[in-house]
Amino acid sequence: MKFKVNGHEVFASTGGRPFDKKKPLIIFVHGSGLTHMTWVLQTRYFAFHGYNSLAVDLPGHGLSSGKSLKSIEEMADWVSDVIDAVGHKEASLVGHSQGCLVTVECTSRYPNKIKTLSLMGGAGAIPMNPELLSLAENNDPKAVDLMMDWAHGPAGHFGGHPVPGLYHINTGTMLAKTRTIQNTLGVDFRACDNYKNGFEAAKKIKCPTLSILATDDKMCPIKEGKKLASLIDGSQVDIIDNCGHMMLLEEADRVLTVLKKFITTNYPPLSS
Amino acid sequence: MSDKKKELKPNTYKFDTLSLHAGYQPHKNAGSRQVPIYQTTSYLFDDVDHAAALFNLERGGHIYSRISNPTVGVLEERVASLEGGTAALATSSGMSAIFLTVMTLCEAGDHLVVSSQLYGGTVNLFRLTLPKFGIKCTFVKPRDTEGFKKAIQKNTKGIFGELVGNPGNEIMNMPEIVKIAHDAGIPLMVDATYQTPYLCKPFEHGADIVIHSLTKWMAGHGSSMAGILVEGGKFDWMQNDKFPTMTKPYEGYHGLSFAEEFGPTAFTMKARAEGMRDFGPCLSPQNAWNVLQGIETLSVRMKKHCSNAEEMVKYLSNHESVAWVSHPSAPNHPDAELANKLLPNGKGSMIAFGIKGGKDAGVAFINNVKLASHLANVGDTRTLVIHPASGTHSQMDEATLKFAGLSHDMIRLSVGIEDIDDIKNDFEIGFRAARKPRLVSNQ
Repeated sequence: MKFKVNGHEVFASTGGRPFDKKKPLIIFVHGSGLTHMTWVLQTRYFAFHGYNSLAVDLPGHGLSSGKSLKSIEEMADWVSDVIDAVGHKEASLVGHSQGCLVTVECTSRYPNKIKTLSLMGGAGAIPMNPELLSLAENNDPKAVDLMMDWAHGPAGHFGGHPVPGLYHINTGTMLAKTRTIQNTLGVDFRACDNYKNGFEAAKKIKCPTLSILATDDKMCPIKEGKKLASLIDGSQVDIIDNCGHMMLLEEADRVLTVLKKFITTNYPPLSS
Repeated sequence: MSDKKKELKPNTYKFDTLSLHAGYQPHKNAGSRQVPIYQTTSYLFDDVDHAAALFNLERGGHIYSRISNPTVGVLEERVASLEGGTAALATSSGMSAIFLTVMTLCEAGDHLVVSSQLYGGTVNLFRLTLPKFGIKCTFVKPRDTEGFKKAIQKNTKGIFGELVGNPGNEIMNMPEIVKIAHDAGIPLMVDATYQTPYLCKPFEHGADIVIHSLTKWMAGHGSSMAGILVEGGKFDWMQNDKFPTMTKPYEGYHGLSFAEEFGPTAFTMKARAEGMRDFGPCLSPQNAWNVLQGIETLSVRMKKHCSNAEEMVKYLSNHESVAWVSHPSAPNHPDAELANKLLPNGKGSMIAFGIKGGKDAGVAFINNVKLASHLANVGDTRTLVIHPASGTHSQMDEATLKFAGLSHDMIRLSVGIEDIDDIKNDFEIGFRAARKPRLVSNQ
């Protein structure tokens, strides 16, 4: 569906169901340079089980208009604005990678609005490799190729997608090349590199929180995810073996199972 | 010690490695090093919720082997990885892959622009069968790049062609035709059976859908029928209103918009969810496994196919019984420059040549070679020959034959990987007989 936030058109996938204001809202926030498509193996389930599932394209990404936001703090405010724009007072947030920084910051800023927080491949800070950052800011497609290499674990490099016939490294590459690299990935990487408030923001979070981490994550190493989780009161942690940073594709079923249990327990769906 | 900073390079697997490993993880399959053959029709659901989620595309997995199968799935991922595509869907044959592609793209009332130089069966599909479904086609000669542009109508939904035409070896100017297609907001679909991804990856030149008859070089051993369609993932189905079946809510899946939900894999998802459900041209797991065995040695075989073919081009070009030779490696081939650009790793192993003495000489040649097999296939490890006008293209009338670039003296040769001297010696027997066609035909 499309709606406006701060005068710019926003696209969000509703998981194949019409938006229904009576249902509780889950917002999925994608990682650097990516789009709502990364969530396809999670969003449809929630959309068909009593939730409004909104996998947003951040401004300037995917099918959303406007320019990419330059800081994690701006993105956090923007997520809060999305909740208002679709006529809800509260939401459950799910973030991947950069989306974790955004949702952590958003939850700390708007504690009354955010009911649960689910983090995948998260960290309190994501300092960028300077060469990777430079490649992305200079619009070099090699930045995407490197990101996809590092983002997939050793097993993920062979493929074996849960959806028959999909080859996820190439799919991820295509998603990251949907728009101009320097305007999406370049801006996002710089925003991640600049963001320093993750650990402080985490300390303020009081809502139920889940961290899904992967043993072979090279983009946000598991020790960083554990460090972040340790700062959040009562945070649950689920660790996936033999999996990389793109856990939402590499181990989509496992991620959905864990996410389903956590969200339905802490933020129940509208019963039919 | 060097103080030079090491350049960052992606360490994703290369072609030869992907040929052996892509799409398969042994630790998820009881540690089986070889891909298992899942000889089964159907798959257990964990519970009712799991079943509903699978049927509704809420999660990945297998339901029924007409729609997907784990062994076939490995093949699909492997070919997608080799082509540089986002997704693939394997079918029971190359023809069913073409049909499924067209039926996923088009509705009654739509139109396609199609290269005129195609395998005879494909010509008949576009010329005679698709009109029965209300889909009309305009044929354009593959070298007439401007002709593709002129043939596009308001209701045109795509351009289709074989990169190197069967059997005349005319090459479509893919980079130019891609521009024409994309300027018109429609996809380019390429049958790249002759090339395999080892010789050319059409997505690197802008094509949107790649189709293979896997029966040929990919499987390589003349053992199994199979086809596949592969999606490039770049085509934006939402850029115009030409593709409502991709962009509008689809009643068959609770109002799903394939383009919105699946983006770079939308075409394949629709082809599987709708096409395999409704038409059902599924690939058997045994055949998928056979094709996988072939793909493991694809690059090794293609090198030998191409080197043997180049030797045969030299041999035939200097032979007294040969009127003409067509192969993209020949310096006098009209598309030699384009071939060098599109086929840097080799020009393939399909040769067309004209035999002096016309049809009678051709028949005598075919009837007398002993090593080369006379049959309706290409891309076997063994050398194959056929006389198209009386075989693969025999259902065409005279005018259609001429438009498709076929002549009565043409022999189609699929060069195998036997010892090159043995192939040449066998051809000498055929040529000797061809020089005395009457005597031989009376034997």
